Amino acid sequence: MSVLWDVQRKKRFISHDDMTKISQEFNMSRMELEGVVTFYHFYHRTDCGKYTIYINECVISQYSGRNKIVEAFEEAIGVKMGHVTADKMFGLFKSPCIGLSDQEPACLINFQPFTHLTPYKIKDIISQIRNGKKAFEICDTPKSVIQYKPSIDKTVFFKPYVPYATLSFLEKYNPEEIIEKIKKSKLAGRGGAFFPTGLKWQFCHNNKADQKYIICNADEGEPGTFKDRVLLEEHPELLIEGMIFAAYSVGASIGAIYLRAEYRYLKQKLEKLLSKYREDGKLGKEILAKIPFDFDIYIHLGAGAYICGEETALIHSMEGKRGEPSTKEVFPVEKGFNDKPTVVNNVETLCAVPRILEMGVDSWLALGTDKTPGTKLLSVSGDCEKKGIYEIEWGMNMREFINLTGAKDIKMIQFSGPSGELLSEIDFDRNISGEDLQCGGSVMIFDNKRDLLHILKNYSNFFVEESCGICVPCRTGNFLLNKKINKLILGHAEEKDLADIKEWSKIIKTTSRCGLGQSSSNSLNDAMKKFPEIFKQRLSENTDFNKAFNLEKAIEEYDNIINDLSTPYE
Amino acid sequence: MNNKVKLTIDGKSIKAEAGKNLVDVAKENKIFIPTLCYFKELNPLGTCRICTVKLNGKHTTGCTVKVSEGMNIEVNTPELLDNRKAIIEMLYAEGNHFCPTCEKSGNCDMQNHAYDMGITVTRYPHVFSDKIVDFTPKRMIMETNRCILCKRCVEEIKTRDGKDVFSFVERGVRTRVHIDYEQEAKLSEAEALHAMNICPVGAILIKGVAHEQPFGERKYDVLGKDIIPSLKNGKIKKEDHEKFIVATTSLAGCFGCHMSLLDIDTDLLDMLEIVEFNKSPFTDIKKFSKRCHIGLIEGGCANTENVHVLREFRKKCDILIGFGECAIMGGIPAMRNFISLKECLEESYLNGTTSEIGADIIPAHEDLPKLLNNVYPCNEVVKIDYYIPGCPPNAEHIWKVVKSILLGEKFSITHDEFKYD
Repeated sequence: MSVLWDVQRKKRFISHDDMTKISQEFNMSRMELEGVVTFYHFYHRTDCGKYTIYINECVISQYSGRNKIVEAFEEAIGVKMGHVTADKMFGLFKSPCIGLSDQEPACLINFQPFTHLTPYKIKDIISQIRNGKKAFEICDTPKSVIQYKPSIDKTVFFKPYVPYATLSFLEKYNPEEIIEKIKKSKLAGRGGAFFPTGLKWQFCHNNKADQKYIICNADEGEPGTFKDRVLLEEHPELLIEGMIFAAYSVGASIGAIYLRAEYRYLKQKLEKLLSKYREDGKLGKEILAKIPFDFDIYIHLGAGAYICGEETALIHSMEGKRGEPSTKEVFPVEKGFNDKPTVVNNVETLCAVPRILEMGVDSWLALGTDKTPGTKLLSVSGDCEKKGIYEIEWGMNMREFINLTGAKDIKMIQFSGPSGELLSEIDFDRNISGEDLQCGGSVMIFDNKRDLLHILKNYSNFFVEESCGICVPCRTGNFLLNKKINKLILGHAEEKDLADIKEWSKIIKTTSRCGLGQSSSNSLNDAMKKFPEIFKQRLSENTDFNKAFNLEKAIEEYDNIINDLSTPYE
Repeated sequence: MNNKVKLTIDGKSIKAEAGKNLVDVAKENKIFIPTLCYFKELNPLGTCRICTVKLNGKHTTGCTVKVSEGMNIEVNTPELLDNRKAIIEMLYAEGNHFCPTCEKSGNCDMQNHAYDMGITVTRYPHVFSDKIVDFTPKRMIMETNRCILCKRCVEEIKTRDGKDVFSFVERGVRTRVHIDYEQEAKLSEAEALHAMNICPVGAILIKGVAHEQPFGERKYDVLGKDIIPSLKNGKIKKEDHEKFIVATTSLAGCFGCHMSLLDIDTDLLDMLEIVEFNKSPFTDIKKFSKRCHIGLIEGGCANTENVHVLREFRKKCDILIGFGECAIMGGIPAMRNFISLKECLEESYLNGTTSEIGADIIPAHEDLPKLLNNVYPCNEVVKIDYYIPGCPPNAEHIWKVVKSILLGEKFSITHDEFKYD
């Protein structure tokens, strides 16, 4: 994939000839390579402009004034969305969530971030670029807005950290002991799946192999989440050390950070830090430990695909293939990257590891709830006063949390992203914890001004776009649900359509191949349950006639053809 | 390795070799788990999802399960049966499956499943996909519109130097299988034929090789079990001395279904004892003179007149039955949905080989019905209560359905009557 990135970056697109050349080099068929290229939305088949602008399609961005921003760009560069200027200078494209939900409206220009955009600012940016400035010279540095953390004795992530200090535990413990500690800490996958981390390490540790891998999943793609971005900005050393501990525990000698392309601007800084670790002997050969070991980390850049956050899809992607999830009969801890035992952990999970060791498992267990000890990072965006990152102790009451954000007149909260749970007033007395409201990290707040169906439609568009396409329930099922939402929006739907949505969602949920399809219809069904009156309002009376069929529209084409033809005769 | 384990499938206690594939184990024990992507030479792909079963209460695909001690597996619960049906229906809605014109008909795995499951119509709206039909490869034709993306060919067909011939491209709803021309040319005749044969539908075809097996000798020309359709409405209300009233019409169809209707021969006379025809080509009654119990619709909607007639039928009939493929999914006329209307008209009236030399007029007059942009299945215009599939449907099949609805009786259709290709 890095070869493809080189070509994409230099030539601004990957041509037919380039693909032929690359496929020969890698001894694969050209069409197989084309399959890889077309899977990722940041690889272009036609010139995408010397300066490529990506604008977030996510609903949060839309409610922050995205449309005005798009117009401003269109005016400034003179072409419409999805097009490239004639001089190949600028290209303007859509992209799913770019991980800047707290600083919207935002965009990426050549993968450099520009935040809090205004039409005026856009004019200025474009004219500066026209005058020869490079994107990285004028871009913004996304601020890490940490809105809340518990009292200092309870904070886990966002407090000062002395690099290398915790690494001394390597000399104290052998791998099994560290795994035991992590198991005891009940740390679970923070990407949203909440699989026990210690257990994962244990499995990988037990699988004997000549080579094992640690992969950090930094493909934070769930719309509305940006906690990993902030961790990478603020505490990258936690991540690296977490990976070192993981490697030591399972016996891996190679580590990789799968960094989503949207966060490419963080790559340089991370690489610098990695070389510093190397220089200081914390990475590389013979790392000091009770049982000395070799370990190094490299960065793998994604190319735009939400599904690559799924660990098996991520592994395929790292192998230079299409990011399709595997069937679940073999797990990566057995046969992962290059068919070797592999541990894939989320950024936040890995960052928690050195902290747990540093503070001691017991003080970690004292925090949070029984099932989910410790704290959790939440990315808050949408209609509230204080957007940004919240480090909360597990077990916090929802209302208390809402008060912290300063949100008022709330209609609903999308918890854990579009594939998570949609919360309404009735849920606000619940607690944020593994026992009750589990959350991967994304919290999007919507007030009463917002149109529920518009939000759901946006989610649905996202899933249709991001389905990997391999199984029919997800590929076509989501597409068909999207059409049903259209029908509702247009007021053509009847009661039967709601029944269809319920039935179809269930089928998609139970038969899809991976988590994407299994969870894509969650919010739609939650919404139907929690806001039945909104759906009812949109229904029309039950008849035996399909209102979506419009006779006038259906004959428009014919009328036009006949009109065009008959004019010359007269 | 003789490592036996005990497991339960649908309540039946079974002994099997540990680690063996569940689909195979079930088959040995006469429990059939339908599959489309699974075939034994390959690793299980888990792409088609129709073998979805419940393993210890959790949904998973049967083809990816290796049996182990104590497993409790459910295969044929009503929910799972319906899921399977739903997926096949979704595949039918997603692609263009015009069985009557397909080379693979009778040898098609998916068609066979649809028969076995008694699918009469897809519950989803037809997408009428307009994807590439690729004639460029040396030996093959890739009909992408029929492809169900099972991935068999992608995984199985490689050149001798190990390169892929078929590949997935794009993602989401735009995902396709494309052929690499250079690699395709390297395949031997036998390898190419193998590709066509493993395709569970009619997406991969070999040029010059038509399926020449006569009817009765094709892969799936075997008798299956009877199909027992369910009736939705209650009994039809009428006075005892009155006859049932039936109306029929042919919209954008070929009248073949009406012809088939007449094929019950002298039974028709018995039928007339209880049934009276109102608006119908049989009686030549042009306008409804009374309300009808049943309306039989042949053909889909291709023009404004079809739509008006269909809506009229909906208003005047208690129950509407779509009979024949055209009424159900558009059928042969719907094949024009992939060509622009303008091109259709020009081909028919100006440029076609059968148009008169020097013809320069596309007929248009206020008295002529206007053509719709697409041919629509009837259920996209009005609600249809029952469907009788076929091209044309078997005469017995039609009358069994009509009679049973009229009399409110339970009935079954034999596999033979149900099959029509």
